[in-house]
Amino acid sequence: MRSLLVARREFFTAFDSPVGYVVLALFPALAAALFFVLGPLFLVGETSMRDFFGWMPWLLVVLAPAISMRIWAEERRSGTEELLLTFPFQLRHLVIGKFLGAWAILGLALAFTAGVPMTLELLGDLDWGPVLGGYVSVMLLGGASLAIGLYLSACTSNQIVAWLLGVVVLMFFNLIGGAATASAMPPSLGRILLSLDFGEHFHSITRGVIDLGSVTFYFGVMAVFLCANGLVIERRRWS
Amino acid sequence: MSNSQAEAPSVTTKAPAAQAASPVVAVRGLVKNYGSVQALRGVDFDVPAGSVLGFLGPNGAGKTTAIKILCGYLAADAGSVSVCGLDVATETLQVKQRIGYLPENNPVYTDMHVEDFLRFAAKARGLSGKAVQQGMERVVVQTGLAEVYRRSIGQCSKGFRQRVGLAQALIHDPELLVLDEPTNGLDPLQVVEMRALVRELGQTKTVMITSHVLPEIEALADNVVLIHQGAKVADGPLETIAAEHSGGLPVRCTVACTEAQLQVLLEESQATYLEKRHASFASAFDAVQSAMIEVDGPQGLAALAKAVSAKGYPLLELTPMGGSLESLFQGLRSGGLG
Repeated sequence: MRSLLVARREFFTAFDSPVGYVVLALFPALAAALFFVLGPLFLVGETSMRDFFGWMPWLLVVLAPAISMRIWAEERRSGTEELLLTFPFQLRHLVIGKFLGAWAILGLALAFTAGVPMTLELLGDLDWGPVLGGYVSVMLLGGASLAIGLYLSACTSNQIVAWLLGVVVLMFFNLIGGAATASAMPPSLGRILLSLDFGEHFHSITRGVIDLGSVTFYFGVMAVFLCANGLVIERRRWS
Repeated sequence: MSNSQAEAPSVTTKAPAAQAASPVVAVRGLVKNYGSVQALRGVDFDVPAGSVLGFLGPNGAGKTTAIKILCGYLAADAGSVSVCGLDVATETLQVKQRIGYLPENNPVYTDMHVEDFLRFAAKARGLSGKAVQQGMERVVVQTGLAEVYRRSIGQCSKGFRQRVGLAQALIHDPELLVLDEPTNGLDPLQVVEMRALVRELGQTKTVMITSHVLPEIEALADNVVLIHQGAKVADGPLETIAAEHSGGLPVRCTVACTEAQLQVLLEESQATYLEKRHASFASAFDAVQSAMIEVDGPQGLAALAKAVSAKGYPLLELTPMGGSLESLFQGLRSGGLG
């Protein structure tokens, strides 16, 4: 409950400033534009959203850090971190609450893309199984991306720095699988790198199969970075 | 209500209670280092229940660090702080529930509306159900926020923002109110209003207030802890500290007489001329002298008043400037002590 109080504030505060609206407008607009304009939809002539979800990891590289960049950095810059940390919250309530708030913003932005599958349904017979699987996997990938973004936001008091670091780190996690298949890569190391690749896990779920390993992977990333987030905040009390 | 009327009963009624009850805050051997900089070097002090404690020191003395440890924002390197008998280090959450804290520079969420912010603060401080609305209604009256209740905090004036900060600190009716430089950056009128508010709160609550401005502490506090360079240099009721550090008492004095006549007055009352001041009522009299002078304690002040009255000169102003604590504080600021 305490986490939900923090999450609620985080969610609604995003819409007290332009940031929330920009994300809400940009995310569905870019997702739809990439799909309808650049995607091979009308060339192939099939009603599938595979290519819609195919763009998602790259969209999240840019937009997930845009949601998370403000969340800790702005608290620190404006000094409200002191207020928040002297309210009787457990640190985990704050860390989880902020994460849930950010995740809800992403969820709302994603809900605004519902027009895409509805349009496809009108154009032809859409198989909704992979669509739902796709949305679940975007939320999981987005959760992992936000956890990383929040950790980086906690490391700085500058939102832009938090965003840039977020983009770089998320790009790394999206490209690491490409490096794994390089010919010079030892196979054992390649397998480890591939298992860390965000897109690799993402595509396994969007194929319509909920792979337990991939779900565990995303929740694992969230847990690791949220713990790191808590440690960064706690460590500052001692510095 | 004048200051003297407001303060006189509080001092007389609080003193016995303060001695009988255990202190609300007990700080022992508090040490905090920022890297190689020693911010606090073993500070001890108590805040008696029901008192207003002034935490005084020059900028950078370690006041804010001590306050941040007390409120659970920073962890101490050594020493202990207990609030209402609870250890800040181990029972942090319970301690935070008992403190209302207004941090320095009053950080508030400027994007939020006053109403939403107070509701969030109430829930964050552990209130639920009807208590949230009751708490909000109480602090809105207490701090005079009705006018800006539905406004965005970012659109409020600095004075109102400070009230919002105070309101969030009061919303759960805390046992201890901690105010870090509450009048910093306010205009003179807002300072007067804020002091009146703090004085009123001090009637019913234990209050700890920090300041680097001596008159503020003199106007509000029963007891004073004076710190400098991370160490405590004085502790106790203002009068006691003033007596311990007895010396010349600076006085602002304006008399309708000539300069020569003032010199005679000063000689008769054994006062020392410090510096000339701008004479406020010069146009109303033939000659007006205004000066900063130093007399020998309260007796010297009385002697000067008698001398002026004996000569029959109109006395326009005779204001003791903070007693000898002022000179102690000035000494700290210039690095002469500690």
